[in-house]
Amino acid sequence: MVKKIFEKLLLALGMVLASPLFALAAEGAVNGGKPWWFWPLILFFFCLVLGVIAVLAGVGGGVLYVPLVSGFFPFHIDFVRGAGLMVALAGALAAGPGLLRRNLASLRLTLPIALIASACSIAGALLGLYLSHLNPAYVQVALGITIMGIAILLLCSKNTEKPVVTKQDALGLALGLQGAYKEEGTGEIVEWKTHRTLVGFLLFIIVGVMAGMFGLGAGWANVPVLNLVMGVPLKISVATSKFLLSITDTSAAWIYLNKGCVIPLMAIPSIIGLMLGSFLGVKILAVAKPKFIRYMVIGVLIFAGFKAIDKGMGWNIIG
Amino acid sequence: MDKRLEEMVKPMPQQITYANILFWGAWGGILLMTLTYIIYLAHILPPHVDVNLVVQNWHKGVAEYREITNSPQGWNWLFLLAKGDFINFLGIAFLALLTMICYIVLFFGYVKKKDKIYATIVIAEILVLALAASGLLGSGGH
Repeated sequence: MVKKIFEKLLLALGMVLASPLFALAAEGAVNGGKPWWFWPLILFFFCLVLGVIAVLAGVGGGVLYVPLVSGFFPFHIDFVRGAGLMVALAGALAAGPGLLRRNLASLRLTLPIALIASACSIAGALLGLYLSHLNPAYVQVALGITIMGIAILLLCSKNTEKPVVTKQDALGLALGLQGAYKEEGTGEIVEWKTHRTLVGFLLFIIVGVMAGMFGLGAGWANVPVLNLVMGVPLKISVATSKFLLSITDTSAAWIYLNKGCVIPLMAIPSIIGLMLGSFLGVKILAVAKPKFIRYMVIGVLIFAGFKAIDKGMGWNIIG
Repeated sequence: MDKRLEEMVKPMPQQITYANILFWGAWGGILLMTLTYIIYLAHILPPHVDVNLVVQNWHKGVAEYREITNSPQGWNWLFLLAKGDFINFLGIAFLALLTMICYIVLFFGYVKKKDKIYATIVIAEILVLALAASGLLGSGGH
């Protein structure tokens, strides 16, 4: 019920944002002849569509938001990354309770990983801001390469529904990284445990650095590490990954926040637009063809990645 | 065997506590953010940085933007809460603090359970988040 009230509130804000009352508040035409509210309004609707697409494609909003907004909107990459982290954080915080209550996100599995990833995301955020200070093109090019890599990963990775883990390793056993969940459809109880836990933990160092450096939610990397490396069932991996973002992104978000990289005028329409889009996406999911949308998103990511490289290198092929 | 599995399917009590705090906190934070943004857009409170100045400079790097708009770093936005633009940071900062609040509650749960490993992990995470939030790492340098 609370969710429905908020949905309505967010919708009301959307209408307020689009209303002529706020258009009247424009104090003059700036920014290439456009009034101040032009970009926040466009951003709101852009993020609304992005939120729908992200849900249908099964990716986090941040991974689409950062390359597309930095490529096609007039904001500096510093502010896009700051807003991108807040977008990913708000989405993860809102999704977390449901996932924890249904025992799909495992708190026990999340806590040690979150410690590694969040500490490393601070390092990543500081590194990203340092590189951007040296030359924003460095970050743009690295972001472009990463985004294209993510697109290839999404295209090639064959996640396993229920990986077979014959023997749990000592670290996983010591930390109690096991559990069980009920398949909603069949009622079957699926037991799981981790293996290759240390390798998985080490990979989360890289994931954390990248999440902080580019302001991306790192679901695209969390899921394959949990599922393919550590042997966690896909459902638990997806849910734990989403919940994990609420912790990893918090530490990186603070770095950007403290640096002044969050401009409310653009960050808040992004967050609200994406959240509202996600609600709509969940409703559309029942009638949509997710497979087609997933391939479309992979195409968009390749394009956005190339756009970021194009911008960073100053080729201006796309314009 | 089946009873053991049935037990394993149930979330731990700490997990439910965490979920409950997160639920009310996340939606409360988003509601707060929505309300403060309406205050900002409706000019109910005067902004510290004129919106036109914001849009004229948001394509510049953060250091240059901060200098031109005289925007604060770290927690100094707290001194500007009477301004329409900086009041928005209440909701944003609340969302960013929420995980730390959940972790503090978790810490006491694990101490009560005498789970030393997880109590240590939780306290280490609180320290990491506190370091990030402190501004010691984020507000120095350029």
